[in-house]
Amino acid sequence: MATSTVPETQTIRSKAKAGDLIARFVVLAFAILILILAILAVGELWRSSGPSREKFGFGFLRSAAWNPVTEDFGALPFIYGTIVTSVLALVISVPLSVGAAIFLSELAPAGVSDALTFLIELLAAIPSVIYGLLALFTIVPLMRTTIEPFLKTHFGFLPLFRGYALGVGLLTASIVLSIMTIPFIISVSRESLLAVPREMREAALALGATRWETTWQVVVPYAKLGISGSIFLGLARALGETMAVTMVIGNDPAIHGSLVYGLFPIPNLLASGSTIATVIASQFSEATGSVYPASLVELGLVLFLLTVIINAFARLMIVATTGKGSKRP
Amino acid sequence: MRNPILTGAVLLAVGVSVAIAQSMNGAGATFPSLIYQKWFDEYHKLNKDVQVNYQAVGSGAGVKQLTEGTVDFGASDKPMTDAELKALKTPAFHFPTVMGAVVATYNLPGVTKELKLSPAALAGIYMGTVTKWNDKLISGDNPGVKLPGDEIVVVHRSDASGTTFIFTDYMAKVSPDWQKKVGTNSAVSWPVGIGGQGNEGVTALVKQTPSSIGYVELAFAVKNNMGYASLKNQAGEFVKPSFQSVTEAAAGAAANMPADFRVSITNAPGKGSYPISSFTWLLIPNHFADAAKQKAIKAFLKWMLADGQKYATGLYYAPLPKTVIAKELAQIDMIK
Amino acid sequence: MSKRLIWRKSVNGVMLAMTGIFTLFTVLCLFTILGYLIYNGGRSLDWGFFYKLPLPPGENGGGMANAILGTFEMVAMAAMIGLPIGFLAGIYLSEFEDRMFGSLIRYVADLLNGIPSIVVGVLAWSLVVKPMHGYSAFAGSVALSIMLIPIVTRQTEQFLREVPQSLREAGLALGASKWKMVATVVVPAGSKGVMTGMILGVARISGESAPLLFTALSNQFWPTSLLQPTASLPVMIYTHATSPFEDWNRQAWAAGLVLIGMVLTANILARLVIARGISVPRG
Repeated sequence: MATSTVPETQTIRSKAKAGDLIARFVVLAFAILILILAILAVGELWRSSGPSREKFGFGFLRSAAWNPVTEDFGALPFIYGTIVTSVLALVISVPLSVGAAIFLSELAPAGVSDALTFLIELLAAIPSVIYGLLALFTIVPLMRTTIEPFLKTHFGFLPLFRGYALGVGLLTASIVLSIMTIPFIISVSRESLLAVPREMREAALALGATRWETTWQVVVPYAKLGISGSIFLGLARALGETMAVTMVIGNDPAIHGSLVYGLFPIPNLLASGSTIATVIASQFSEATGSVYPASLVELGLVLFLLTVIINAFARLMIVATTGKGSKRP
Repeated sequence: MRNPILTGAVLLAVGVSVAIAQSMNGAGATFPSLIYQKWFDEYHKLNKDVQVNYQAVGSGAGVKQLTEGTVDFGASDKPMTDAELKALKTPAFHFPTVMGAVVATYNLPGVTKELKLSPAALAGIYMGTVTKWNDKLISGDNPGVKLPGDEIVVVHRSDASGTTFIFTDYMAKVSPDWQKKVGTNSAVSWPVGIGGQGNEGVTALVKQTPSSIGYVELAFAVKNNMGYASLKNQAGEFVKPSFQSVTEAAAGAAANMPADFRVSITNAPGKGSYPISSFTWLLIPNHFADAAKQKAIKAFLKWMLADGQKYATGLYYAPLPKTVIAKELAQIDMIK
Repeated sequence: MSKRLIWRKSVNGVMLAMTGIFTLFTVLCLFTILGYLIYNGGRSLDWGFFYKLPLPPGENGGGMANAILGTFEMVAMAAMIGLPIGFLAGIYLSEFEDRMFGSLIRYVADLLNGIPSIVVGVLAWSLVVKPMHGYSAFAGSVALSIMLIPIVTRQTEQFLREVPQSLREAGLALGASKWKMVATVVVPAGSKGVMTGMILGVARISGESAPLLFTALSNQFWPTSLLQPTASLPVMIYTHATSPFEDWNRQAWAAGLVLIGMVLTANILARLVIARGISVPRG
């Protein structure tokens, strides 16, 4: 076989090197594009919220005012509404989801578990506005005619259930949000539980523990980082939800609660409320002047910061346990 | 491209994106949205090459978008204030389009007869002093109607609304208490009640919630088969809202219309006048850089003032008085 | 059996049964949602929905053909913008990454992922609608692509990383340059996963409504230009569901069925593709 001449080899090699450089340059350029996009995004949000930040400073976060006429705005009612609905949503969905994840990872045969998980993950793909559509015509009337009157008559002594049973309100929004967070928590928790080594289970069973005791006292604690991560993921989703919540929360920019314990008002769950996402969605198009729209953008910035922090926590926890990061962005 | 479906979709989209001679965008009031949508639909049928896209986002949003320059024209039931007009890059004209009535619509399952409400009753309801349906202020005017002792669920607007402006304008005129405590504006601090977005939102809320009352434009109440009240006017008569009673309310203003067409006809004198009547306006810039747009909008306005008016009564709005139309035609010529 | 054992055994039985019930409840939720949607949507859907334009509120009939087309247009444009960017950035992160800068890009992509959809809408309004003095399908696409890019980036990176290192080394050992190796070995090997990520991302943005509220607005006519406000299915569902007019509510159900049909079909297809595993060539 004739050996290739030195100049030819060098040409091939340098062409290849050139190709590599170009390829590297191209993909790097696109990666930088993402960086630019992020800088642009945060920068634009910061700039647009300027008038509001300058006027209110940090007091914005503590003020409960919302008056477009006097241009006095505060974030408190929306932070309150966001926290109440998201936390209540998790209170409802976490036991359900972790329980289901336990069933799917420990008890169900592999084929059944995979099939059911596939179906449950489809729930996560349903667009928010469709959840809103369904909630508006099925859950809201049910709440108004049956559930809320029931809560009022039997539990009305609690400050949680006062006022008129409208169907829309904080409770309905929380229920809808809980259904929306369930698939995320199940999916990631199940993976975390599956990642627990077999030896742990077998050791516990060998020591005489029942299946439940093994699961609850050995497997779940081992996977608790991943499960916590999934809860945070669900929380991040609940915080940013817009359409479904707008359609069922009543859109009232005020806090309806009783200051029973002085610090955090006990929410009146039957009352209407507002979250950061819903107030932006309903008022941004008509926010005139310079302070009004800036306040809404500042609210958006607050929400953005919140979801970034929580997402970061979630990712850390999930990576620590399953070792490969979450499948779902 | 990786995905043939995407490629196909793009080709389809590009292929169907036919160039239309003229596209215009307007946004604003929900009060007249039923007739505006009808007009723009009919106008497009008659002039295939003109598309006027109207989005009913509320009077407040309409003014904002006109000010930001993101739409070609706005629509509002609250005339723009001098300050708002100054903030516009291109000054705008007010063009009255129709007149309408703000009615007190209610959802009382057991009550089939029409209710009569006095200004005192209505103000009391919306200020939270009248809380039950069988309150004396209501039952006094409705002998023979069995009113339940249920609590009244008050519904108002949650967004910046021209309809709210008309309603509060009337309330301030008939109730000094209201004038002091609440005032007149497109968005006020409501003493009681829950909020709906747009005339549609309030209508939907009242329709679904038993024992509720809300203020909406007449057409919304009629088209949804909802009950609405007759109100006692300045002359002491209980008048049912209709295009006739609205026309009568506008009679005085028609004769003395100011040059910029900004006028309020709430609580008008006259035996048959409906007290919460109002004009509603299109806000048209006085200058269009695009000559084709200018031609199109002028042509539409001329059509609106002539053939367009024929659609009003069918949708429960009142057509403009002839004297007003004549003045508007003169204003059209002032658009450059 | 001791009392304690009986207690433990009953707790065991009860708790395990509860987990089964919870799972059943969750799956039932899904079926109820789909069932309701199919029932109400099926009753409301007619052929006219697919080719007629919407009628003024209060009139019965009409359809949402313009919204279906509008959704296709905007999703296609967003895909044209977002897929290449996400794909190539994903390749960077997986194959060409630099230690520090790569981590930065990854962190930033996660940051973008976390932007709430309504904030994306506000952002696109400031960046596109306001300077352009008008609402447009283009602005809507920009908003959607902002949501699509981070999804595709992370999915591409993840699935390319799962391609075994041995394949890369084999390619290099045969004398291929790095870029050739990536293009002819790694990417085809990971293509199933990458494509799945793309399909899922596109399906996700096609159902988004919040980013379109302040960007594409809506339109009662056919889309005539990418620079005009355009109707879309998700926004139509929102406005029609909250309307008092029953015919509009009916249309909302029909639109919901069509939208979920599109989204779920894409999702199921994508997941079936990935279930077959990574397409490692045999032999």
